[in-house]
Amino acid sequence: MIPSPFDYVRVQSVDEAVAALTEHGEDAKLLAGGHSLLPIMKLRLAVPTVLIDIGGIRDLSYVRVEGDEVAIGAGTRHHELEGDAVAAAEVPILPYVAGQVGDPQVRHRGTLGGTVAHSDPASDLPTALLALGGTVVVQGPDGRREIPITEFWLGFFETALQADELIVEVRVPRTGSAGWAYEKFTRRANDWPIVAVAAVEGRVALANMAGSVVRATATEEALARGASIEEAAALADQDTSPGADMHADQEYRRHLARLLTRRALERASGGAAATAA
Amino acid sequence: MQVSITVNGQPRTDEVEPRLLLAHYLREVRGLTATNIGCDTTSCGACTVVVDGLTVKSCTVLAVQTDGGQVTTLEGLAGPDGELHPVQRAFREEHGLQCGFCTPGMVMAAIGVLADNPDPSDREVREGLEGNLCRCTGYHNIVRAVQAAAKAGPAAGQVPQAQEVQA
Repeated sequence: MIPSPFDYVRVQSVDEAVAALTEHGEDAKLLAGGHSLLPIMKLRLAVPTVLIDIGGIRDLSYVRVEGDEVAIGAGTRHHELEGDAVAAAEVPILPYVAGQVGDPQVRHRGTLGGTVAHSDPASDLPTALLALGGTVVVQGPDGRREIPITEFWLGFFETALQADELIVEVRVPRTGSAGWAYEKFTRRANDWPIVAVAAVEGRVALANMAGSVVRATATEEALARGASIEEAAALADQDTSPGADMHADQEYRRHLARLLTRRALERASGGAAATAA
Repeated sequence: MQVSITVNGQPRTDEVEPRLLLAHYLREVRGLTATNIGCDTTSCGACTVVVDGLTVKSCTVLAVQTDGGQVTTLEGLAGPDGELHPVQRAFREEHGLQCGFCTPGMVMAAIGVLADNPDPSDREVREGLEGNLCRCTGYHNIVRAVQAAAKAGPAAGQVPQAQEVQA
């Protein structure tokens, strides 16, 4: 399978990327690792006329502590996040979940900014980020702006990002040793989740239960008013709209959401050490 | 557009279409056909090569993305005198293959596994090779081969330096 023809522009800085996006408009797509974009281009589901390659902007690759938050550059590749010592100490759910993305070859190429921008409801890292909360920092012709993570994903392949903006950083609160868990149900080792659940400090996010990754609001409210894990997890599929495909119908996905939420909350309440084992 | 890519130590500049995938560049432009194209969907790993020190699936990388980079394929592993790379030798000795179609990608992926972890357990080998499918399901001997290669030491996780494989 071969993508349809396009013009290729390589940029060396964020400013150059914004200028190229402004020049080429909605027909342009950003290319970082390419592991979300190239497969859909090969299937001709996406037919951009210009690809702007930001994969060479290496100063977008970092993980650092800034006050109460951890700032992660959008160009950080999954394998870099997976092995990052700062992330492991400050926000350990992220390196763990980065290691659940695809397989080693995919993790060598895929970037945090790419998976956030792609807005696939079955994506691993966005699910963890949604449970963490925080901010997506984007840059456009008028400079930088910050978008709360809870407002970033609008639907299937749809985000709050404008056509002339790119993601430069994701900021999440430092969680340290607080309990967390990520429960992922797949058919095969390196597949997308049929359903996945991320839990951090009473916040719960679901993968593949709606058009985008979503918070399990009813579960979170139940936990906040002191309900048991079992009671709270039984509400995990409330207000969701899971799809049906050859792997799972809607009712099975709802069952998985409730089951995996219970497991995630149990593991998270057992502390990070138990979860990471 | 023009790309300059060093493949197995041999630098070359070629005129390519931006949409040319690295797998096709290696096979059709450079004539290196050990890199197999299996599924073409980033699933099977048969097209695995090493780009700038990391394993990738060359069916999901554009040739233009590796402009200025170093690519190692299966053809670049053996020494100039034909001496096999430790992973190649282990795959032969442990019979880590059946039909052989997945073997070039498996060998490259195995080098990546050993680069990250010079002494992997059975489970760590299986997790490290999760991106590579053997349609004969000959995994048992493949895992044994990777563990046998680990006994060769750090060389098993390295691809030859460019100058060493110059013809």
